[in-house]
Amino acid sequence: MSSFTQWTTDSIQKIIDDLKHKPGALLPILHAIQDEFGFIPEKSISLIADALLQSRAEIHGVVSFYHHFRTTAPGKNRIEICRAEACQSVGARSLEAHAKSCLNIDYHQTTNDHAFSLEPVYCLGNCATGPSIRIDDDIHGRVTTEKFDALIARHRQTIKEAV
Amino acid sequence: MTQRIYVPCDTTALSLGADDVAAAIKIEAASRGLSVEIIRNGTRGMLWLEPLVEVETDNGRIAYGPVSASDVASLFECDFTTGQPHHNLYIGRVDELPFLTKQQRLTFARAGISDPVSIDDYCALDGFNGLKNALALNQQAIIDEVKVSGLRGRGGAAFPTGIKWQTVLDAPGQQKYIVCNADEGDSGTFADRLVMECDPYMLIEGMTIAGLAVGATQGYIYLRSEYPVAHKLMNEAIKRAYQAAYLGNDILGSGRQFDLEVRLGAGAYICGEETSLLESLEGKRGLVRAKPPLPAIVGLFGQPTVVNNVLSLAAIPYILDKGGQAYADYGMGRSRGTLPLQLAGNVKQGGLVELAFGVTLRELMDDFGGGTLTGRPLKAVQVGGPLGAYLPEHQWDTPLDYEQFAQVGAVLGHGGVVMFDDTVDMGEQARFSMEFCTVESCGKCTPCRIGSTRGVEVIDRIRAGENPDANLELLSDLCDTMLDGSLCAMGGMTPYPVRSVMHYFPNDLSPRD
Repeated sequence: MSSFTQWTTDSIQKIIDDLKHKPGALLPILHAIQDEFGFIPEKSISLIADALLQSRAEIHGVVSFYHHFRTTAPGKNRIEICRAEACQSVGARSLEAHAKSCLNIDYHQTTNDHAFSLEPVYCLGNCATGPSIRIDDDIHGRVTTEKFDALIARHRQTIKEAV
Repeated sequence: MTQRIYVPCDTTALSLGADDVAAAIKIEAASRGLSVEIIRNGTRGMLWLEPLVEVETDNGRIAYGPVSASDVASLFECDFTTGQPHHNLYIGRVDELPFLTKQQRLTFARAGISDPVSIDDYCALDGFNGLKNALALNQQAIIDEVKVSGLRGRGGAAFPTGIKWQTVLDAPGQQKYIVCNADEGDSGTFADRLVMECDPYMLIEGMTIAGLAVGATQGYIYLRSEYPVAHKLMNEAIKRAYQAAYLGNDILGSGRQFDLEVRLGAGAYICGEETSLLESLEGKRGLVRAKPPLPAIVGLFGQPTVVNNVLSLAAIPYILDKGGQAYADYGMGRSRGTLPLQLAGNVKQGGLVELAFGVTLRELMDDFGGGTLTGRPLKAVQVGGPLGAYLPEHQWDTPLDYEQFAQVGAVLGHGGVVMFDDTVDMGEQARFSMEFCTVESCGKCTPCRIGSTRGVEVIDRIRAGENPDANLELLSDLCDTMLDGSLCAMGGMTPYPVRSVMHYFPNDLSPRD
């Protein structure tokens, strides 16, 4: 389970100030913000634009270009399912369908209880032991529908215990 | 006596429960009063056996796998710490296994032997010998050695590495850069990941040598964000390399400088294209640049830049240690040296197979792969990632060589081999190739951005039986337009898998009654 902090203007500004001196600082800044808060709060756009002497449109353009960056808060666990060919050859398509129906959401959505967000991913590099999924920073291989259900149950339990 | 036990810590082993296995071994050993030292090594590349646990004995390292946490108690019952064979997971002495002995491992010679972030272990296995040699050579002599090796870019384009380095050396520039393309996005490929997770100092050494050769003092590894384990291990290795003066402003007391930093991508396949990668490193949208100018002349921040794939840079330490000729002695035709191949998808024995160029695809899939995972007949093989053609059976005797593959309209790419059994619907695969392009196109050129969307639509119509003949002609025409009119390989090669389905699996694309 990911633990994110609530963003404030000051905390975003601090991240920007720590990194803005780097050559090509924008991606490192966006990663740092998303790692800390779980997403890129809209307020970040103008703060980054001011710090890097770029327009808000340029910053927004970069955020929206990359699949990894999100502008809404994720669920407590971010699930990525590999849709690429190596995983397709061992059943990823049926795993995708199972995951969507079991969580009752489509890709790019979050469950009503904010427990899980579901995203597609095109290759986790675990191609000899697919189908593969990633939950936060943990990658799981040979994911059958049963294994998927067990992983979901385990994460639900962890969330429950944390309350 | 303390018993040494190895439990791998690469992504695949972790994805199959290696951490749980290591924890279970620790608990079980303690409860039995046994003293064990658990070493988290890299993988040997026999991924179907992960987690592969090895124990050090007087008769060499004995392997057991695939081990799950629930097997640990029974392994101790069988006295596995002394290498006893009476367990159904017993595999044998790891360095005598045919899957490994039949390979020609130059780049992956060290993979899986030891703790990947231990500098001492790396040095004990010939590590940094190439760098020490390079420090004693002038810039031209280093590049000449790389030219002799015949090394061609392992990212897929197969451009001669020595010539690229020469261009950067000869180009005037205040600040030159070495950029490592670690945006390994092709499905079915994981060799770059294994380098970074199993032998990260080899990449650091290769990049440092490149820096010395062309006069670059700054290097960046552009790593995809889908590789969290590689990110952690690479950063740890770089930190330790700085502490031991293999990086920094006085490399091994030579007064020479090379700094290195990992930069994370953000889930854009197109950033594996070198000019898009450079845009991304500069903090921009990953839009492809028109070439010329070449990155070697106008690259990162407008400066002369070497952009090399992980595997190209990882081959450099061997070449500077053993000599370019030793590397060139492997291979066939204009494809010199070895190619790390990756067996993936529906395969019984998937993993990393490093071989000299020239072995056939069939030999690779049968002798190493052992056929499909499901045991069903093999139907199609996609080589070279999502932009590579699907090969039907009559092409499986093609030798793995850049030119031979080009002759049959296929690509070797980054060496990924994805196997499909006879349950695959090739029409669905062709549709996915176009769909993938709609998701990952950078959007700069029309044939790629719009062509892929129209491609999905027309394939849907063909599959629905709507004017199939006319629509197949339209699809063929669309493929020509994308191939000839796209700015880079994304749109320019998406037609490869689509056309291979049209030619070799026509019944799957357009079902006839």
